[in-house]
Amino acid sequence: MDARIGVVTFPGSLDDADAARAIRIAGATPVALWHGDADLNNVDAVVLPGGFSYGDYLRCGAIAKFAPVMSVIIAKAQVGLPVLGICNGFQILCESHLLPGALTRNDHQHFNCRDQKLRIESTETLWTQDFEFGQEIVIPLKNGEGAYVASEATLDELFAENRVIATYLGGNPNGSYRDIAGISNKAGNVVGLMPHPEHAVEALTGPTTDGIPFFTSILKSLVGAA
Amino acid sequence: MARVVVNVALKPEILDPQGRAVQGALGRLGLSGVSDVRQGKQFIIELDGELEGDRAQLVEKLAGELLSNPVIEDFTLTVEN
Repeated sequence: MDARIGVVTFPGSLDDADAARAIRIAGATPVALWHGDADLNNVDAVVLPGGFSYGDYLRCGAIAKFAPVMSVIIAKAQVGLPVLGICNGFQILCESHLLPGALTRNDHQHFNCRDQKLRIESTETLWTQDFEFGQEIVIPLKNGEGAYVASEATLDELFAENRVIATYLGGNPNGSYRDIAGISNKAGNVVGLMPHPEHAVEALTGPTTDGIPFFTSILKSLVGAA
Repeated sequence: MARVVVNVALKPEILDPQGRAVQGALGRLGLSGVSDVRQGKQFIIELDGELEGDRAQLVEKLAGELLSNPVIEDFTLTVEN
């Protein structure tokens, strides 16, 4: 089966090319989607890449959620379309209310750029099933507004429902509540992650190849569903 | 002509690192007794004609959907017709 995974480019997206490369390395076909598109070109899943969509004006991801392509993605994600939002993509998913909470400015005010250790906390989502529970990985982290915040009730619910997919290890890099690095929606088809698995798919350019399972996980899901 | 002023601020329980940095700077510049600083945003929207009816309702709705994020922010809205 030839899985087709869309990668959306917004004005200001930076990591769309790396996301497409990660999809290719995982064995699927990346499909370029444009923010102004009104349909998804029959893709099986979508990646919202990192960057600074619309210059981060207003709030990170706040303008992107009103892009034509997002209205289609939001509607389809609510009925099962797999969506992975990385960094700015995670911010867009929160602004779109596909995921609860929000990403705010790092508590120390500085931009982060480093290799970050994470622990995989859930393998029950479409994007994390190729990991082992509790697996420790290292992938790049680079953000200025990566502090995950939500109400105490929401945080309790996320942990109780096994929807925290990864937590930071070796020190909290940005002030995220309860060390949360990534979460999923209730159904497990929508995942948001602040660090960047697409930058850790080749020994030549990444600190590890620990990012690959995010992209092979979704292939397994799509093949399983076919 | 109507003017709508929307003030947006982070909710009290959300950490405001920018406000905290400003608080530190105020202290370093000699202002004593600064117990807290919160940094917000202000939108000044100029509209043709009076603001009433559906358009007034839409402004209120968009203040909560576009201008602010209700998960982390509160807003106040005042209209000068």
